[in-house]
This record gives sequence, C-alpha cells and structure tokens, in this order.
Amino acid sequence: MPGTIHGIIGENGAGKSTLMSILYGFYKADAGEIFIDGQKTLIPDSQAAISAGIGMVFQHFKLVENFTVLENIVLGAESGEFLAPSLRKARAELAELAAEYELNVDPDAVIEEIGVGMQQRVEILKALYRKANILILDEPTGVLTPAEAGQLFRILGRLREEGKTIILITHKLREIMEITDTVSVMRRGEMTATVKTSETSPEHLAELMVGRKVLLRVDKTPAQPKHQVLEVSRLNVVDEAGVLRLKDISLNVRAGEILGIAGVAGNGQSELLEVLGGYQSATGSIRVNGSEIDLTGSSSDGQSRRARGIAHVPEDRQREGLIMDFTAWENAIFGYHRDPDHQLNRFLMNNAAIREETAAKMARFDVRPPNPNLTAKNFSGGNQQKIVLAREIERNPDLLLVGQPTRGVDIGAIEFIHKQIVALRDRGKAILLISVELDEILSLSDRVAVMFDGQIMGERDPSKTNEKELGLLMAGVISEARK
Amino acid sequence: MDFLTLVQVLDSSLRLATPLLLACLAGLFSERAGIFDIGLEGKILAAAFVSAAVAYTTGSVWVGLLAGIGASVMLSAIHGLASITLRGDQIISGVAINFLAAGLTVVVAQAWFGQGGRTPPLQSGGRFEPINFPGAIPSKEMADVGPVMQLYSELISGHSLLVYVALLTVPLSWFVLYQTRFGLRLRAVGENPAAVDTAGISVVGMRYAAVVICGVLCGIAGAYIATALQANFTKDMSAGRGFIALAALIFAKWRPWYALGACLLFGFFFAVDNRFQNILLPAWSLSGVLLLTAFGLVSYVWRKDLLDKIVLGGLGFGVAFVSVLIVISVWSAGMSTQIKIPVVFIQSLPYILTVVVLAGFVGKAIPPRSGGVPYVKEK
Repeated sequence: MPGTIHGIIGENGAGKSTLMSILYGFYKADAGEIFIDGQKTLIPDSQAAISAGIGMVFQHFKLVENFTVLENIVLGAESGEFLAPSLRKARAELAELAAEYELNVDPDAVIEEIGVGMQQRVEILKALYRKANILILDEPTGVLTPAEAGQLFRILGRLREEGKTIILITHKLREIMEITDTVSVMRRGEMTATVKTSETSPEHLAELMVGRKVLLRVDKTPAQPKHQVLEVSRLNVVDEAGVLRLKDISLNVRAGEILGIAGVAGNGQSELLEVLGGYQSATGSIRVNGSEIDLTGSSSDGQSRRARGIAHVPEDRQREGLIMDFTAWENAIFGYHRDPDHQLNRFLMNNAAIREETAAKMARFDVRPPNPNLTAKNFSGGNQQKIVLAREIERNPDLLLVGQPTRGVDIGAIEFIHKQIVALRDRGKAILLISVELDEILSLSDRVAVMFDGQIMGERDPSKTNEKELGLLMAGVISEARK
Repeated sequence: MDFLTLVQVLDSSLRLATPLLLACLAGLFSERAGIFDIGLEGKILAAAFVSAAVAYTTGSVWVGLLAGIGASVMLSAIHGLASITLRGDQIISGVAINFLAAGLTVVVAQAWFGQGGRTPPLQSGGRFEPINFPGAIPSKEMADVGPVMQLYSELISGHSLLVYVALLTVPLSWFVLYQTRFGLRLRAVGENPAAVDTAGISVVGMRYAAVVICGVLCGIAGAYIATALQANFTKDMSAGRGFIALAALIFAKWRPWYALGACLLFGFFFAVDNRFQNILLPAWSLSGVLLLTAFGLVSYVWRKDLLDKIVLGGLGFGVAFVSVLIVISVWSAGMSTQIKIPVVFIQSLPYILTVVVLAGFVGKAIPPRSGGVPYVKEK
C-alpha cells in the first residue's frame, strides 16, 4: 500500500531475506507471481526490479568502499557514456532529494571514511535516485546506535508521508511496534500471519514467530556478587597500524555477577576480548583471582588463559569459535584437547569417549540435531553457538568471556542461551558480556559499562538507566572517561 | 659518458619499455576488474609467435598483428571461462596458460617451419619499420648535430608505430577508467562486485570485457616484440616480460600514469644492460652506495617483527661489511681505485628491482579489493 510501512518479522532462516532477494531479482522463484500496483510483473534480474520501482537497502551495504558517495549513487544509473555530465546531473538531483527527505550526505565523501549511518543514507539515496517507489530495508538497525536508528525512523516516516511504500525486515519486535502500520510474520519459509500493528502485541508476535510462547524478558534474581575475579587496570592496545585501540581501560568483575559492555561495534570491544582471551598483546595489568596475568610474554595465549580458569565464547563463532569443516565432537574439545580425559595414551586421543561426552553435552544444551558426527557448518547459527557455549561453560570456568552470544541466533535459542549464562552466574562465576544488542545488555547484566572509541565512557546500573542515556554514552556525547 | 650516449640509452629504454607498458596496462584492466592475470607472459609469447608466423607467411605485418591479437584474446577467453564462468582459481588458470604458450609455440613453430622452434627472419613488409619524423636525421650524422636535434631524431623520432600506440594507450586508459561510465563500472566490479550486481549491471559481462581488453593489449605487446623489436620469433622470447609487467603494475599501484613511469624505469635498466657490458665505478662511490643501502635496510626493519629484523638486518650488515672491505682496499690502493661491476649484475638489475618491488618496499600498494575472488551471489 502506498504511504505505509509494512514490517516483515521472523526468526533467522525463516525466509525473510530470501523473499526480498527474489523481489529484487537476486534469486529466481521456483513458482509464483509478483504483482506491483495490481499488475503482474516479472523480475528476472535486478535491472528489472529497479525499473519496476523497487529499491533495496541490504543488511550488508552494497557500496564500493573507495568510491565517493556520488560515484556510488551514479553507478549503474549513469545518464550517458561519459562520467562528468552524469556526476553533474546526480549532484543536482542529490541536493533536491536531500532537501526533500532531509537526507544530508556530503556527495564528495569517500564511503570508507563515513560512518555506517551515513553509508545507509547513501543506500537509501541510491534507491531514491533510481526513482524507487517501494523501498525494502533488510535489518537496517543492526549496525546503528539508538540515536542513528531514531534518525533512520524519522527518515522512513518522512518517506511514508511522501507516499513511498516501505518494507522493513527485522527480527526486533520493538522496531515493528514502533514504526510499522502492518506486519507479516514468517516462520520456516511460510507467511504465518499478517496483522495490523495496532492490533497486536510483542508477545503475540513472538509467539507467531516461534510457534510457541516465549519469555521476552530474562528471569533472574538480583546478583549476589562476592570476591573480585577479574581486575583490569590501565589496559592499552596499539594495533599493527599504530592506532591506539584501547585507552586506559580499567574494570573489574566479581564472582556471581554479569558485567555487560555496551557499545557500537568497532569501539574496542573486540580488542578487549582478544586481550583477555590471550591473542592480542597489550600493556597494563590484568589480574585473575588476585594473580597477575602475562600480557605479552610466552605464556600469553589461549591455552594458558584457559588454564587460569578463563573460558571464552568469541564474538565470531564461525571464524574464532569453531572450525566449520570439522565435526561437532572435534569442535567440542578445541582448547581443551590436551586434557588428560581426552587422551587414550601418550600418542592417541580417546575419540570414542569424546564423541560420547559430546553427545551428552549436546543433549544438555539442546543442540539440534544432537549428532556429534555432523560438521559444524551443517548446524544453524543458534545450534553452532550452543556447541561453543557448551564447550566453554561445561568446563566450569571462574570467568566466562562472552562476545555477541546471540548474533544471528533465533528467538527460541536466544532464550536458552540467556538462561545458561544466568545459570552460570548463579553458580557464583564471573561473566563479562559484550554485545551490540542493547536489549540483551540491559536484560542480562548486573552492571553496564559503555565503550566508545577505546574507552570506558561510564558505568550504570541497568535498572536505573535507560536506552537514551546509554545511547548518548555509546555515541560519546557524554563521558566520564579519564582525560 | 657524453650526451649522445645518454640519448641513445633513453631511446633504447623507450623501445624496451613498450612491451612492458602494453602488458602492464593489459594487467591493469584485468586486475581492476577483479581478475588476476598471471598469464600475461603466456599471452605475449603466443602473440609473438602467431604474429611472426603469420607475418612471414602472408608478408603483411598488419595481418600478423591481427593474428597475434587474435591468439592472445583466445587465451584470454580461456582464462575468462575458467575464472569468471567456472569460478576457478585465477592463479592456476594463468599458470596453465603460461605453460601452454611456452610449449605450444615451439612445437608449432618446429612443425611449421622446421627451424628448431623459431620462425624465419621477417623481410621488410613483414615488420614494423621505424617512422622517421620530418626533419629527423639518420644515426650516422648524429654526432655532428646539437643536443636538441639529437633528442628529436633519436629519442622522439624513429620508433615503430607500436611504440607510439603504447604511449597513447596511457592517456586513453586513464580516460576510459576515470572519465567514462564503462570505467566506473569496471573499477567498481574489481572493488565490490555485489554493488555492481545490485545496481543491475552484469558482473560477468564487465569482467569478460576487461579480460578481452587485456588480451588485445597483450597481443599488441607480443606482436611488437616479434615484428618490431626483433625480426622473428625465438623460443621463450618474451623473457619474463609478463611477470615484470605484473611487478610494474604493483609498483604503479594499478594506475595508468604510474604504470608509464614504472615501465620506463624497468626499460631503462634493460637498456643499461644492453648498452654497457662492464661498468667501471670509482670504488669510493660504490662503497657509499652500499653504506646507504645498509642504512636504509636497517632503518626499514627497525620497527618490524623479529624475523624481519634477523633476515633484512642481517642483509644490511652484510652489505655494510662489504662496503667496509672496499673502504679498506681503497685505503691501501689509493682514491682512484676502480671497481668493475660485472655484466651479470647489470643484467639482473631489472629482476632485482622486481623482487624489491614485490617485497613491498614501495610503500602500501592496495590491490583491488575483490581481486582474485570469483563472484558468487551471497545468500
């Protein structure tokens, strides 16, 4: 419908992105027809989609990083053989579009030098420049700060007023409730329901998505923090290019509590996890259970960190957490493969026992299918994450480092993973949680620290703060960091 | 060394740089579109043979040139088929083309002409002859005229047509890459093919276009070697030019004007090698150069990893040691001691430069980001 925002919500792998890719001519449908304004339209390729007035903003932007904004907008929609007149024309039209929709972007900025929020505007402008009437946005807020997301929604509202049709694909219920007019729910490749947003509730939508009732809030009792487990003081990291990535980071985590670190991706959280996990050298001091940890020397590696009772669920499970071509049982002992329990004798590993143990772990962590002989890449994102989590939690570590535990994980699995993390805390363990999902940080953490530009901007009690305040900290607008 | 000698060396640099420049621009088009092409060498060689053989048979250098381009484009098409359509490994496909050309040219030449894998010498009409500009004087009278006339007659005039074509290709390439729609799309497809695909442009089509341009330029380079620089085809006559062109391409950071500079530099080294058999240098200046090199190496590795420090630092100290030995010998034998630079060293200079360039001494050269990666639509 013109002038409306239609939401499409569903778990990962429910088929949202596939459906939209078909609309944009990226894939071919096996059967079925597409109607635009009541007319049957064939979309064999992206060119056809563009001429049918469909514009797409992909989750991963399709921009040429070292081109300017203007060049990216013109690419594929040039007005003639030569560039100069095309660029001149685009510059003029861009100014008009910017005024009309409040989409201000410097046309001569190079893409890799502007922030993700700006890059997203370029994607929207690209679609508008091609005279799109239907704008599809795939998970547009995944990379944005709350403030940037707010701006995006204002722009979308403006586009709606101008009579554009907007399709918003997301897995965040809050966004659906906030901005859409109607919403369709997808589950396992099927459209299960289409409802008016005003006539539904987040709980109802969640149930439609998963097919059963889900708990949206994490059930937990107040923390009972005990002795200090992790003490980090004045940690500094300089990367290979000589850029200071962490600036004087100091924090501590006690037994029986979860410290959540919020922040927009790329503000030093990854480096912090890498240092703690033992694969990035740093200066400063880290003490675990009162004794100093080697930060640069020969015993600064994942192996010795594990020996000190630190377990690590890395941010990127496919690159750092698992070897995708190895089986589940092989993956289930990485980092612990030297344990005596896994050895048959001096030379051979006890593979049969490992398989058995893995099968038991998989059952406890509800990994589906519970087959230890399957390769890691054959599991869904949520189940891959459960394999990593099972490996690290079952070792009963004193300190658990968790990075993005539910990135690309469906709602059902999120609920389970959150429960496991809280259960570990209740067993009196210390947990450092890093996530770009503010909801997750707020619902799991007992204390929240916010990182921006390699510094801790401040610490808050999650029950006494709100998204707005954290958002300002995340954007570096307010700061309590040491100067 | 008088001025005329310098002019003659520069003249020869230009002639020797021409095939490198053509090959380098060929590689530039291909790599800018995301297709790494290690098979430049093979295409040059194949084009050299086919153009020489056809030019000899028909007696027309133009037919030879076209046939050479045809052969090179055919090999390009094979590379395109393997790496674009079939999404194979671009390096392997390129290496295969090199082997194919190296073997096939000699075998076919032997079967065709029976002269031990070479083609018979080309007569006039089968060669590209030098073009003499109006007013240029022949080489014999060169010693009697002023430096401006020497420059004009020797360096500017008197090259074969293909030299001028190669030089014109530089601004043309720049124009196509940076001033046309085609160039924008070509550069985009090497950086982020997904962006091109979603803009409704065929990635496959753009990449094939680039590969074909690469074939045409390699074909001209090969024909130039066999019908202008030399007057017949001999076994392995491309002599690694395809690989040196790749080094020049990195040196040039994938830019046309820089490519001209890089290729002229390489051409200059070749020309020096051709012209001077043994170079006598005052010992003190040599030791100075060595000391500078050593200093450069040591300061370069100062902030590098331990292994780099050991390898390159060790090399630096070795060079410094040799330099000290020379200083001692100068001390005992007097300031005017001269040291003979062996011819093999001069000959290896272009190749040493290639290694140095590839080792990354020229600063950060960022290749096209999607280079070498077949494009598959992501899910």
